[in-house]
Amino acid sequence: MSEVKFSKEHEWITLEGDVATIGITKHATEMLGDIVFAELPEKGSNLEKDGTAGVVESTKAASDVYTPVSGEVVDTNQSIVDDPAKINEDPEGGAWFFKLKIKDTSELDTLMNKEEYDKFAKETSS
Amino acid sequence: MEIKKTTLNKLHQSNNAKFVEFAGYEMPIQYSKGIIEEHKFTRSHSGIFDVSHMGQLFIYGDETLTEELEKIFPLDLKNLKQNCSKYSFLMNEDAGIYDDLIITKIEEGYLIILNAACKDKDFDILSNLLGSKFKMNLDNNRSLIAIQGPKSVEILNSIINGVDQLNFMTGNWFDSDNQKLFVTRSGYTGEDGFEISISNDKAEKFVENLIEKGAQLIGLGARDTLRLEAGLCLYGHELDINKTPVEANLRWAISKSRLSNGGFIGSKKIMNQMQDGASQIRVGIKPEGRLIAREKTKIFNNTDKQIGEITSGTFGPSVNGPIAMGYVDKEFSKVDTKILLEVRGKKYPANICALPFYKKNYVKGVN
Repeated sequence: MSEVKFSKEHEWITLEGDVATIGITKHATEMLGDIVFAELPEKGSNLEKDGTAGVVESTKAASDVYTPVSGEVVDTNQSIVDDPAKINEDPEGGAWFFKLKIKDTSELDTLMNKEEYDKFAKETSS
Repeated sequence: MEIKKTTLNKLHQSNNAKFVEFAGYEMPIQYSKGIIEEHKFTRSHSGIFDVSHMGQLFIYGDETLTEELEKIFPLDLKNLKQNCSKYSFLMNEDAGIYDDLIITKIEEGYLIILNAACKDKDFDILSNLLGSKFKMNLDNNRSLIAIQGPKSVEILNSIINGVDQLNFMTGNWFDSDNQKLFVTRSGYTGEDGFEISISNDKAEKFVENLIEKGAQLIGLGARDTLRLEAGLCLYGHELDINKTPVEANLRWAISKSRLSNGGFIGSKKIMNQMQDGASQIRVGIKPEGRLIAREKTKIFNNTDKQIGEITSGTFGPSVNGPIAMGYVDKEFSKVDTKILLEVRGKKYPANICALPFYKKNYVKGVN
């Protein structure tokens, strides 16, 4: 599996072959608070880089989830729709959101590595 | 304008509060455990809420004051016993609500608890109406602490002996730690609990004492989910200057004896609406599934006609599902009526339901 990359919209992405797994970061869940609702993209739909791919809602507010790369949705994680609290518990593991058949791997180059993201998250949350 | 802070601000900080601006104050929205745990802790144990941003208006006077206040509020204040509290409203001539409030008759006159965002305007309105006959004090030297939940009576009584003898919606002065506290058995969470008016210099120590006895600080986030589960209105959401108490389904708060003769501000409109009904009314709404419909969500009937709007909507931790309140046209206000909610461009099914979502645990009669 490839190195984990991160977007400015607080998504993480890993790549296995040409299939990317995407979720929201631990930092994002900490900012959101208790997550109580998740909406995922439809399987088979085509998403454009930085387009809306879903929604998460905490007790406080709703936030869009974006896709950091373009591609076709090949799988979604229904377990986080049924039990959204899982997103708070394991955001960067079992609580992934969707998998994309990635269109252009060079889109990954625009994303941050862990070190860069941690710095970004720290700067933008203070 | 500089943001205001309550006396307990430092204590919130040292308890890892996340802050938001609310009505010009920096207030804790949650602490480290988060809204859902804070909510559940209040329902099962005892939560402490800093509500010092709310206005504590003391008006001093005797029977003349009671007569003057009856010209303003839809209450039978002449028959209100000393130390008893009533929920009421400050209205304009069209029965539009300037604020909702709790008024308590005390030995010296009345104590009125006002919403933070409205308190200065309320003070001006009441000063104009009452003239200079009565001394009025919007007391900034006192903090207001609420303690809510089933263990609150035991915890508070161990600090202020005798509060367990208060009935719901009554209050009294108590002596504790060489000062006078005004304690009412009331609150806004649907739980048994108390509100304590205490001088600022004693507030922090008092709250630390409550924490030592097992209560925990709870933020505004959980306060909102708790009050919504209890079906209680929040000013600026369910209530505003364009809504009347009849529309807000708060007829119960208007004293029956005042309805025959009126004579309070807004009485004409209220009496008309009581007779003819209001065209829109506040209802409870339960979305099907897990969908959360927030404030301003449009409500439709099954023929695509808009019939109302959501005023508050969230996830109810004790209900374990989404809940909302809103206004709908009268003919759609019956319990179990099917409605549609438009969220992010799509329409989702929901039902009108009875309030509260969560059953209250008030203590009715101790004595």
